[in-house]
Amino acid sequence: MPAEPRTITELARALQARELTAQAVTERCLTAIAEGNPSLNAFIRVLAGAAREQARRADAEMVAGRFRGPLHGVPVSLKDLIDLSGTTTTAASRVRQGHLATRDATVVTRLREAGAVLIGKTNLHEFALGTTNEDSAFGPARHPLDRSRSPGGSSGGSAVSVLADMAYASIGTDTGGSIRIPAAACGLVGLKPTIGEIPTDGVVPLSGTLDHVGPLCRSVEDARILYDVLRGAPTAQGMRPRDARGLRLGVLRDYFLALLDPQVGTSFESACARLREAGIELHDVAIPHAEDVAPIYLHIVLSEAAAYHAKTLESRADDYTANVRLRLEMGRYILAEDYVRALRGREVLMHEVDAALTGSDALLLPSVPIPAHKIGVTTVRLGGSDESVRNVTLRLTQLFNLTGHPAITVPCGSTPEGLPIGAQIVGYRSRTDALLEVARAVEPCLDPGTSP
Amino acid sequence: MTITVWLENAVQDAERRGLSALRPLLETLARSTSALRTGDWNFDASGELDELKGPDAR
Repeated sequence: MPAEPRTITELARALQARELTAQAVTERCLTAIAEGNPSLNAFIRVLAGAAREQARRADAEMVAGRFRGPLHGVPVSLKDLIDLSGTTTTAASRVRQGHLATRDATVVTRLREAGAVLIGKTNLHEFALGTTNEDSAFGPARHPLDRSRSPGGSSGGSAVSVLADMAYASIGTDTGGSIRIPAAACGLVGLKPTIGEIPTDGVVPLSGTLDHVGPLCRSVEDARILYDVLRGAPTAQGMRPRDARGLRLGVLRDYFLALLDPQVGTSFESACARLREAGIELHDVAIPHAEDVAPIYLHIVLSEAAAYHAKTLESRADDYTANVRLRLEMGRYILAEDYVRALRGREVLMHEVDAALTGSDALLLPSVPIPAHKIGVTTVRLGGSDESVRNVTLRLTQLFNLTGHPAITVPCGSTPEGLPIGAQIVGYRSRTDALLEVARAVEPCLDPGTSP
Repeated sequence: MTITVWLENAVQDAERRGLSALRPLLETLARSTSALRTGDWNFDASGELDELKGPDAR
């Protein structure tokens, strides 16, 4: 009996060859949800009936000779921040009680056209304002490899749904790292495309100028398929192969390697050694104002989030979780002049990332400084001091939300306890396709880790 | 407005609104704003060092 397909690429081949049916695959995912969701809390809403109907239709079309492409009949979950017509978009908040989406987000329309089976809406950090998934009106999502740990966030339920075989991919959002952080924590691939490439209409905003939509999945090739569908481009199975030998990667050091869990540091250096052995040229590059990234990010994200939430903070403050309410309130005190200063700083950082990329195919750095942390823990000991989990988890990802450069996390090892570690690859703006080619070449050179 | 004055006003307002739990977050924000304002890329209406500060000069 052939091995169970783990990736969309493998599944698409099996579905097209009629070795498997979309209905059978969907049933397997629904069974995994029924068995795992009570303890993992990945889904806020499971769309079993609609998913079965979509799978039945996909099978009927394929039997009739109509193959829509590599997502046809593939179960995909959606972060519950994305509108699906006729369902509530909860944003994991009581504030959204009674909301009903009257139309699909554009990304949902594109997934439907590609024949995806939309299996359910996943849990998240309330309104995506957090990196742990712990502040959710529906309770925290839990890590499938250790239920006492966070899967990361804010797209935590999305990552859990893929790692626990409840879906073949999930669509998340990333404002400071919310796709890449949980993908790295769960040993998955997570792509934040170039800013503005994927429409965000029908997606509850956190920060209008920093929000990105993108996929979490099991391979770079799968990320390419989902990226093409989400941006409305034709999809093809199989990526153009690119030889790793001769690639040039700029390694971000100093600030970016200064505050790492020792196991993450070891995995990253080991990843660099593997890449050199594969014939990839690594050279050090710098972002001169890297220390300014966090203040610039904070002033933009909180100002923009506070503007969106101002009305409900006045009328329904008690419907927010306590931490999220306080962070939103914090944003209401930021002065306009400081927001404008932050926009100026953002421009400087854009130029610095462009400059760091010059002469390289891409940049390389760790994705998250720590492996999945225990739920309830708010600080970690790093570099001799206690650091906030929130600040640490955002430290290596938020820069590229500010600058808009595409960034992808791929697994690069695991801790002795089997907790995944990710490496981040960053490409040129508006060249997400080229970034994916680099990531596809790099992926097999790295240690995939010991996680399932 | 200096950061000291801003922080005093913000804490007073938060307490008036029954949000005394906001105080440590506002103190964190004040430190972050301090760092933001000391960035050498900030505007300077006197025109001093404009060339150095322009993003294209980096």
